[in-house]
Amino acid sequence: MDLISESGSVILTSFGLTLRLAVFSGIFSLLLGVVLATFRVSPVPVLRWIGTAVVYTFRNTPLTLVMFFALFGLSYQLGFSFDKDLLYRNNFWLAVLALSVYTSTFVCEVLRSGINTVPLGQAEAARAIGLTFTQNLRLIVLPQALRSVINPLASVLIAMTKNTTVAVTIGVTTATMVNEASGQMKSLMERNSDQILLIFIIFAVGFMILTLPIGFIAGWAAKRFAVIR
Amino acid sequence: MSASVLYDAPGPRGKALNWLYSAIALAILAWVAWIVYSKFDETGQWEADKWTPFLKSETWENFLIPGLKGTLSAFAVGAVLALAFGFVFAVGRLSQSRFISIPSAVVVEFFRSIPMLLLMMFIYFMQQPLGLETNVFWAVVLGLMLYNGSVLAEVIRAGVGALPKGQAEAGVAIGLSPGQVMRTILLPQAVRSMLPAIIAQLVVLLKDTALGFILAYSELLNQIPKIDGNFDNLIPAAIVVALIYIALNTILGLVANFVEARTRRVGHTAGPVGHVAADPVAEAADLVQKGHAAGSAGGGGGGGAA
Repeated sequence: MDLISESGSVILTSFGLTLRLAVFSGIFSLLLGVVLATFRVSPVPVLRWIGTAVVYTFRNTPLTLVMFFALFGLSYQLGFSFDKDLLYRNNFWLAVLALSVYTSTFVCEVLRSGINTVPLGQAEAARAIGLTFTQNLRLIVLPQALRSVINPLASVLIAMTKNTTVAVTIGVTTATMVNEASGQMKSLMERNSDQILLIFIIFAVGFMILTLPIGFIAGWAAKRFAVIR
Repeated sequence: MSASVLYDAPGPRGKALNWLYSAIALAILAWVAWIVYSKFDETGQWEADKWTPFLKSETWENFLIPGLKGTLSAFAVGAVLALAFGFVFAVGRLSQSRFISIPSAVVVEFFRSIPMLLLMMFIYFMQQPLGLETNVFWAVVLGLMLYNGSVLAEVIRAGVGALPKGQAEAGVAIGLSPGQVMRTILLPQAVRSMLPAIIAQLVVLLKDTALGFILAYSELLNQIPKIDGNFDNLIPAAIVVALIYIALNTILGLVANFVEARTRRVGHTAGPVGHVAADPVAEAADLVQKGHAAGSAGGGGGGGAA
């Protein structure tokens, strides 16, 4: 158990960083996902094309490549930077950007399938009383769609939390140079080759602690907010 | 409900508004495209010698084809192993003996709930202490197998669960053993109805081979720095590699659509034909939750890990 006493606080710090990655990416991917879904069902053809193109491109590209491109393409080659002075801050937000854009395409598709579960009559009634497309979507369809996709949405968020490990491609660290979970696990395994199983179990349990609550909360919320039809 | 019921067929004013919105959207799109174009221009991404390497056969022979081989061999071996793993644990989890079903459930839920990258790293670093030579190919392939195999196990289990109860009952009634019922009646039908979802998971597996990049496995993504080292063209190389991935996934998607259409037409299954989901894995997880609410801890699931 030397490992715990030596590296316990580092492991906690690294999971703190992973958690921050997950929370920010979660918020931005949900927002961007709603925008993309709105584009994809909108009456304006150009917006539909844009939505479809974005979703098709990013769903079929590996996240590792998106992360790679964010750091080496966007930041190094094109000179785009979130923070010119603090490298660790720039890398953190690049990872959030990559993860948010990638995840938002999955959020978009889940929302779209949720829109399909709203009975036809709801939207027809909304149109009959003269609501516009945005009013229809905002007041009638999306609230019901969101409530019916809580479980699949939670699956997407769980996958996203696990996907924060891919941020090791960018090399996301805290100000004190602690890596996010996968980078930290790698460096611990390199330094303690006799305790690899123990290190793996610690990080595996760490991710279960991060992801299990999402599943439980979603299960509860799905029942609590279920649309009774 | 299709998208079109969200709005009426536009009248004269609606049409004018749609034109206006289209124009605004196009203007914004053009503005973004201009920013990208000028950024590319500023940093010299449009220079011909950054793109012409991709027209030469040497670039393909030396970099892209070997990378493609790495990606496809990891995909092929990983897919076969994941399917085998999926079948074994789906059947295991459906077993009537608790000594088999509970351990199978634990294995499946465990591997579904941890990031695949951590699995690959663990296998990579575990090889040496076990007295094996460190082999990055097997680290990638076994990682792919354990995660995707677990997801496939759930997909197959959901497929069996979605079959009408009478199918198994009829099998038992004519005197088949539980194993025979599973092998000759349930699995063939479940696989047929779930084939589109299974192929969709293979798309995820193909994308996940890119995680090998992080362990320095020589796959497609790993060729970008090499090409960049030769021609100083990182962005063009990344774009070409992304297009290759999109093409590969499109081919698999077309196969899934074809299989789905065929299964729908030909039948041969009592189960519902799993349509190619907009989000296959989330939908499969959803299906699993619906079909087997008790068994699913809700902790796993989730889309592509990379």
